Amino acid sequence: MSDLHPPASTPAPSASAASPDPVDRSAEHGQLRMVATRFLRHRMAMASLTVLVLTVLFAFLGPLLWPWDHTVHREILPNQPPSWAHPFGTTNAGHDVLGQLMRGTQQTLKVALTVSVLATAFGALWGAVAGYYRGWIDAVMMRIVDVLMVVPLLVAVAAISGNVRGGTTWWAVALIIALFSWTTIARVVRGVVLSLREQEFVEAARAAGASDARIVLHHLLPNAAGPTIVAATLLIATSILLEASMSFLGFGIQAPDISLGLMIDNARTAAFTRPWLFYPPGLFIVMICLTINFIGDGLRDALDPRQTITRR
Amino acid sequence: MTSTNHAPNPATAAADAPVLSVTDLHVRIPTSEGDVHAVRGISYHLRRGEALGIVGESGSGKSVSALAVLGLLPRTARVSGSIQVAGYEVVGRKDAELTRIRGARVAMVFQDPLTSLNPVHPIGTQITEAIHAHRDVSRAAARERAVELLRTVGIPQPEQRIDAYPHELSGGMRQRVVLAIAMANDPDVIIADEPTTALDVTVQAQVLDALQAARRATGAALVLITHDLGIAAGHVDRVAVMYAGRIVETGSVDEVFSSPQMPYTLGLLGSQPRMDAAPHSRLVPIPGAPPSPDHQLSGCAFAPRCPLAKPVCRTSTPQLTAVSDTHAAACHFADQLAGIRPEELFASNTAPSANPLPEAVERTRSRGEPVLVAEGLVKHFPVRSKGLIRRRSGEIHAVCDVSLTLHAHQTLALVGESGCGKSTTARMLLNLIPPTRGRVSYRGQTLTGLSSSRMRPLRRSMQIVFQDPFASLDPRMTVFDAVAEPLRVHGQFRNGGAERVRELFRLVGLDPAHGNRYPHEFSGGQRQRVGIARALALEPEVLVLDEPVSALDVSVQAGVINLLEELQERLGLSYLFVSHDLAVVRHLADQVAVMYLGRIVETAPVERLFTAAAHPYTQALISAVPIPDPRRERARQRIVLRGDVPSPMHPPSGCRFRTRCPVFARLTEAEQARCATEVPTLADHGNDHAVACHYAVPRSPLGDAFPPHRTP
Ligand SMILES: Nc1ncnc2c1ncn2[C@@H]1O[C@H](COP(=O)(O)OP(=O)(O)OP(=O)(O)O)[C@@H](O)[C@H]1O
Ligand code: SF4
Ligand code: SF4
Ligand SMILES: [Mg+2]
Repeated sequence: MSDLHPPASTPAPSASAASPDPVDRSAEHGQLRMVATRFLRHRMAMASLTVLVLTVLFAFLGPLLWPWDHTVHREILPNQPPSWAHPFGTTNAGHDVLGQLMRGTQQTLKVALTVSVLATAFGALWGAVAGYYRGWIDAVMMRIVDVLMVVPLLVAVAAISGNVRGGTTWWAVALIIALFSWTTIARVVRGVVLSLREQEFVEAARAAGASDARIVLHHLLPNAAGPTIVAATLLIATSILLEASMSFLGFGIQAPDISLGLMIDNARTAAFTRPWLFYPPGLFIVMICLTINFIGDGLRDALDPRQTITRR
Repeated sequence: MTSTNHAPNPATAAADAPVLSVTDLHVRIPTSEGDVHAVRGISYHLRRGEALGIVGESGSGKSVSALAVLGLLPRTARVSGSIQVAGYEVVGRKDAELTRIRGARVAMVFQDPLTSLNPVHPIGTQITEAIHAHRDVSRAAARERAVELLRTVGIPQPEQRIDAYPHELSGGMRQRVVLAIAMANDPDVIIADEPTTALDVTVQAQVLDALQAARRATGAALVLITHDLGIAAGHVDRVAVMYAGRIVETGSVDEVFSSPQMPYTLGLLGSQPRMDAAPHSRLVPIPGAPPSPDHQLSGCAFAPRCPLAKPVCRTSTPQLTAVSDTHAAACHFADQLAGIRPEELFASNTAPSANPLPEAVERTRSRGEPVLVAEGLVKHFPVRSKGLIRRRSGEIHAVCDVSLTLHAHQTLALVGESGCGKSTTARMLLNLIPPTRGRVSYRGQTLTGLSSSRMRPLRRSMQIVFQDPFASLDPRMTVFDAVAEPLRVHGQFRNGGAERVRELFRLVGLDPAHGNRYPHEFSGGQRQRVGIARALALEPEVLVLDEPVSALDVSVQAGVINLLEELQERLGLSYLFVSHDLAVVRHLADQVAVMYLGRIVETAPVERLFTAAAHPYTQALISAVPIPDPRRERARQRIVLRGDVPSPMHPPSGCRFRTRCPVFARLTEAEQARCATEVPTLADHGNDHAVACHYAVPRSPLGDAFPPHRTP
């Protein structure tokens, strides 16, 4: 992997450039616009994107507008059902549930999105390299994946986070989850790449003198985008649940901080007696997972040039 | 057939009544993009013992019209018109009712013999099952008949083979088994849909022989669907040419081939590469592409591609009109076609430089210095056993001791049947896979063993065009980016790369404005042009063409072949042309190397090969290629090889061809022993002609009686 050729398609924007490469520019531009057009026509994806944006605003702007944060306040009457002052009620200890929900959504989103970005990028690259080179490189790389997959996640988490001093922050949680979940992506991508690498267009690129890095980045990964996106959206859902179980075991995000998983955990016994503690975080988790899923669908279709532009 | 014990068909009683009568057949198949009007009103009638060939390019509705006869179309298809099998109306019947005639009255042979046999049953069971489905005979009798059928279609040792499973048989044998099943109930009609397209040419000759044997044995009428005009010329009495769902011309083979009365037929004949062509004669491509079947058509469907088209052609649909008693054509201006030659009719469409060369002016391309040289190339692929521990359980001897020299400005063709190692050799020449032994050098510089970064600057001079125009372009890259990729890789894109790409598009006959489209938006021929443009981007000196036209329809293929010839003349390229199609090779090559099972058995200048081939394999290969000329086809002496190509895992000792060699069979024991022990080396016969056979005798495989073909 000696040289990584930049996609040198747009010429340096010097004013003196005599020919501004009309075809080339418009080609690049046209591709992006096509992807955007296809995505915009995907109804569910667009609706989901809207909902997700609202959720993000709620989680990150909400705390600035709402008088109560996620901590205990003396002024709050404990254990109250929803009212005008506390639309989602209050907890035993005296939290405002809406305040908790904002902070919890924020932490959960941060963890889930970080995990999915890190694990997908790393896992896809790992899988593509293993599948492209095959042979002993593949054998070694995939044995590493196998080992990581059989280590019970929570044991490993316990071992690692036990050594992290001074409480566990959201990014530490995200890093740990990512460390153990990129393997699923790697497996998926390797499988796809194994069959892609036999296709003639890969050989054509090699015959043109393309470096291995170029083949992996420009040919293999884009063609593996569909299955990768599917795996990545699943990963978001699992990382939300993983974070919750880590919190439960005392390794994840800890009180006084809060996450959606932790909120559900705290409200486990109250699902029937005080449903306002249980359902809001539960519904938020379901909603985040669903929207991400639909956005993934839309993205997958939008990136596939063979999809015709039709409403669905 | 001696032991047929069923009542005679009522239809055969009336000797001249047609056994298959198709009248005004229309088939519409609904799809998400609207109705596809696949068959748009065809009629034909077939008597017992007659053979009708249906020819046409892919998508012309050949297969759909055949499937309709058996009621095998998708349930959603809407069929109208009438199909009568021995007086029994098929259109409108329920599936269950049709099982009575399937197999018993009409039998079908499909293109792919692997999918039409059940992999879990021995072939004998599948034949007896077919017999029992329509007749009440004892098991022993059915088995006996199965053996007899297998013998008829030319399966050696049928008593033993009857218990074999499909996977134990080669493609050609399987297709013969399918034929035996088709014959099992003495059908009135056998429909064969491209029965040999998946097979090699020497095996194709065997299967076509078996098909004729089946016809003789059953006396059935035959509908032979094919895209190969040569096969039609030699194996049917009448031919129907289909275009866009209609029959546009029909008649006896002699009349249709010698005096076509419809521009499309004329164009097909002109674009078909033929082995008996005059040296280096240009093909005549038909411009444009067939209409897509979901198109609404009015008037003559061929009008957009027809040089004779007048306004009336676009408004009124020409009907099949009799030209003679046995010949009809659907064209408003059929009378203008008398005596006209394809290149005259389509002349306005060939590029100025693509005018047919005067035949007296032999192309005298000076043979330049050696460019690409291979010495003693060997390639073994390991075969690993399945399971946990993947032991090395054997080796495929794909290429064995191959030496080649490609000279500047010349075309060297590498010819052979599938699996003979030609693609592997081509890839080793480009250093895309490392040879097990041997050496490749480009202008004196050894390529073998160079690292990929040392190889990169050399890649500029050597490029490759692949066989499959679908798989060789990245589906997620625009064709502009695909053509630009070599420039980007070599850092040449920044200065004027985009202009260069546009220039390349124009060079191969594509519209530069289509650059931002994706490969799937192009037709096969256009995609292949993109592949050629990509290969030319770096101005290479050597182009390796791995079956560049074998995935294309003839009318489109001719355009690509002409393009390649033109580019060679304009840019002074050297081609290594890998192909299984000798007819195409005849048009393009200067020097030919014939491969069999990993070895080169003969190499000769193209003229010499077709007039004085000396290796028994080359002779058989040439004699197996059909020629689109009914008179010549009937007059030809064929050498039909026995058996199949042996497995490259255990190639025969000595001469690898001896298990099938017709000369070997006639040798004395002492001579045979020599073939079995001593590997024949390429011995020089003078004039660049070398042959690897101990008992080589040159002879003209086409028959000396024929001067080179001149278009009618
Ligand atoms: N990567 C591989 N691993 C194992 N065997 C291979 C491999 N590539 C080719 N072979 C085998 O090597 C032999 C020669 O293959 P090759 O592709 O060169 O044939 P070919 O003449 O190009 O055939 P075709 O006309 O079907 O393209 C065949 O038996 C094939 O199965
Ligand atoms: S009818 Fe007109 S367009 Fe059609 S083939 Fe004849 S001349 Fe050409
Ligand atoms: S060497 Fe013997 S077996 Fe081989 S081709 Fe010649 S005659 Fe036939
Ligand atoms: Mg090949």
